[in-house]
Amino acid sequence: MDIGKRLSRAAAIAVVTGLALLGGTTTDVGASETEHPEAQDWKFTGPFGKFDIAAIQRGLQVYLEVCSACHSLNQIAYRNLLDLGFNADEVKAIAAEYEVTDGPDDNGDMFERPARPSDKFVLPFANEKAARASNNGAFPTDLSLLAKAHPAGPDYIFAVLTGFDDPPDDVELGDGMNYNPYFSGKQIAMAQPLFEGSVEYSDGTKATVENMARDVANFLHWTAEPEMEDRKRIGWKVVLFLLVLSALLYATKRKVWSSVH
Amino acid sequence: MSSHTQHSGYSVGGLVKWIDSRLPVFTYLQKEYGEFPAPRNFNYWWNFGAILSFMLVLMIFTGIFLAMQYTPHVSMAFDSVERIMRDVNYGWMLRYMHSNGATFFFIAVYIHLFRGLYYGSYKNPRELLWIFGVVILVLMMASAFTGYVLPWGQMSFWGATVITNLFSAIPLVGDWIVTWLWGGFAIDNPTLNRFFSLHFVLPFVIFAVVALHVVALHVTGSNNPLGIDPKGPQDTLPFHPYYTAKDSFGLAVWITLFAAVVFFAPNFFGEPENYLRANPLQTPAEIVPEWYFLPYFAILRSIDFDLWFIDAKLGGVIVMTGSILVLFVVPWLDRSPVRSARFRPVYKWFFWIFLLDCVLLGFVGGHRPDDLVFEGVKQLEFIDLGHVGTAWYFIHFLVIIPVLGMIEKTKPLPTSIAEPVLGGGQAAAGAAAKPMEKA
Ligand code: HEC
Ligand code: HEM
Repeated sequence: MDIGKRLSRAAAIAVVTGLALLGGTTTDVGASETEHPEAQDWKFTGPFGKFDIAAIQRGLQVYLEVCSACHSLNQIAYRNLLDLGFNADEVKAIAAEYEVTDGPDDNGDMFERPARPSDKFVLPFANEKAARASNNGAFPTDLSLLAKAHPAGPDYIFAVLTGFDDPPDDVELGDGMNYNPYFSGKQIAMAQPLFEGSVEYSDGTKATVENMARDVANFLHWTAEPEMEDRKRIGWKVVLFLLVLSALLYATKRKVWSSVH
Repeated sequence: MSSHTQHSGYSVGGLVKWIDSRLPVFTYLQKEYGEFPAPRNFNYWWNFGAILSFMLVLMIFTGIFLAMQYTPHVSMAFDSVERIMRDVNYGWMLRYMHSNGATFFFIAVYIHLFRGLYYGSYKNPRELLWIFGVVILVLMMASAFTGYVLPWGQMSFWGATVITNLFSAIPLVGDWIVTWLWGGFAIDNPTLNRFFSLHFVLPFVIFAVVALHVVALHVTGSNNPLGIDPKGPQDTLPFHPYYTAKDSFGLAVWITLFAAVVFFAPNFFGEPENYLRANPLQTPAEIVPEWYFLPYFAILRSIDFDLWFIDAKLGGVIVMTGSILVLFVVPWLDRSPVRSARFRPVYKWFFWIFLLDCVLLGFVGGHRPDDLVFEGVKQLEFIDLGHVGTAWYFIHFLVIIPVLGMIEKTKPLPTSIAEPVLGGGQAAAGAAAKPMEKA
């Protein structure tokens, strides 16, 4: 078979496999009514993407001061903050601001103590029932993995936080519900959590709703895939190594086959 | 290998000889992977056997190490997978290699299967070889399905619910079978436990069937792009070094692609919602299987009508099962004496149409049946494409292939692999049906 034919055949295969894969991943979840989040500019996208540590630190502050009143972050321990550039003492101090129940002690009693770096982030509610009771029956999602659990990821988080609006005339809001075109069904049980100046940043960044939303989305992207920088760094080494190996193996193959062709 | 072994029993060569005279593994390797005469004209589509072997070993290795850290309990499974991702050294790498490994395993097996359909590799004398291949495909599906349940995310749980519920369509004993599969009256801890157990063992069963597949291959010898039998040593090359070199190169390219996905887009093929913990009280807006099951899913859902005493659900299950079972009998449906589609001008076209049909079914499987294919065209819903695609799937196997085998005018076959000069007036028929000559 001549090379042109072979190439066009390979291209055809690639195209159809590609289409098949697209078919597998484009599943709109009732998107017709819900608005699609706009793509934001994130530093972490692409094979060269990196964490924006300053933004993540600010996002941590937003989470701790605002969101943690309702949302748990159950995959994250205080010690994980070491990865964000906090030193051991700072992490200890952050943890110590929270109380955890421990025990039983030698008398068989449970007791309260300050959280330690090895503890997971303290949960805002004792259990789901308590969380629902305080939130008009709705459950505030655990945020650790949300950036991976929604197709639009951090774009979605940003969109929800900045998307609160007055409902259009034809929308009848349920009891205790708020209008948000990005949340499925366009009604969300969470009241707008961020307002200009909700937190006070120490690095001079203006605490606009957009800035805080972007920071907390950066933070939640980190909580969802804290391994990202390691992964991409190792990935480059592995892929470059494999490219060289492939080239060498190709040369070997040519050499071995030279006597046959 | 054993030329300089005489002087002592302590050299490596001596040890090899000692073992070999008691258990001839080295003789076997030399015969089956060293001298093994392979047709000299393989193209790169013949690389996928090696690639598949690699993927199976990779899945078993990464799987065993995942299993060391994984906890098969409904209240701990999800967190134990996240622990692997976060706290186990390079656990994210193991897990992403394993989850994307399943994807690449299926890409490879589908390419391998379509290669066989194109070049007629299932024909006499390779029917049993083909059947073992289809058995491997079925076992892979069972492995992937049980594996996908293990992280106990929303899609794990609801996917398992949808698939196990299919058994309830079986008349009379259906509900009883479902309860038996679940180990209770709902998908719960016993279900997760047995799925883990099955998921652990099935790949080793696959390994055994692969061994049979390879033994069968080495009895009949490989097919080749021309689909004619080698006539003598001038038509073949020893497997080593020619195909070891070629396969190594192809495998390296494949692993490069795999690594690019594992390290740079590890969740590209995954369903985001599986990062939400399973919640039996909250049905996801849409339950979709992994991409490699989408064509079957489309076939299942395309039966949306009752037929006589068969209701739509049972009909869907029967047709979906049939779509896999029909592969077993392809060697007997195709009566054409010519193997390779290169010499079958009409079959060649139908091959590509069939491939497109499978892609179309995959596309349909990823959408809700009542979604519109084109925004604004009210007449065309995905279910319509599903009907057409499913019908064509069976027409291809049950009508096109048998009929073509009888009426197609094939092109003349070359006289030998070494002399692929066409037009030698060689009659098409007969050559392919002759039993393989041993080179
Ligand atoms: C007063 C309690 C409260 C606070 C404070 C709060 N939330 Fe929420 N949040 C909720 C509740 C309740 C829901 C569930 C809404 C529903 O189901 O309708 C929710 C839902 C969400 C969702 C949508 C989740 C999904 O599953 O799609 C996001 C994103 C979110 N919150 C982010 C945040 C962030 C970031 C903060 C901090 C800036 C925050 N929330 C602060 C109560 C709160
Ligand atoms: C045919 C080979 C195999 C296939 C196709 C396969 C497929 C899968 C799939 C699709 C998943 C879900 C991945 C995810 O989304 O997280 C999975 C998970 C898992 N598999 Fe396998 N697997 C194979 C072999 C094995 C073997 C041999 C073992 C153990 C001996 C194993 C152990 C596990 C474990 C512990 C998990 C749960 C962890 C996780 O979800 O990442 N697998 N497998």
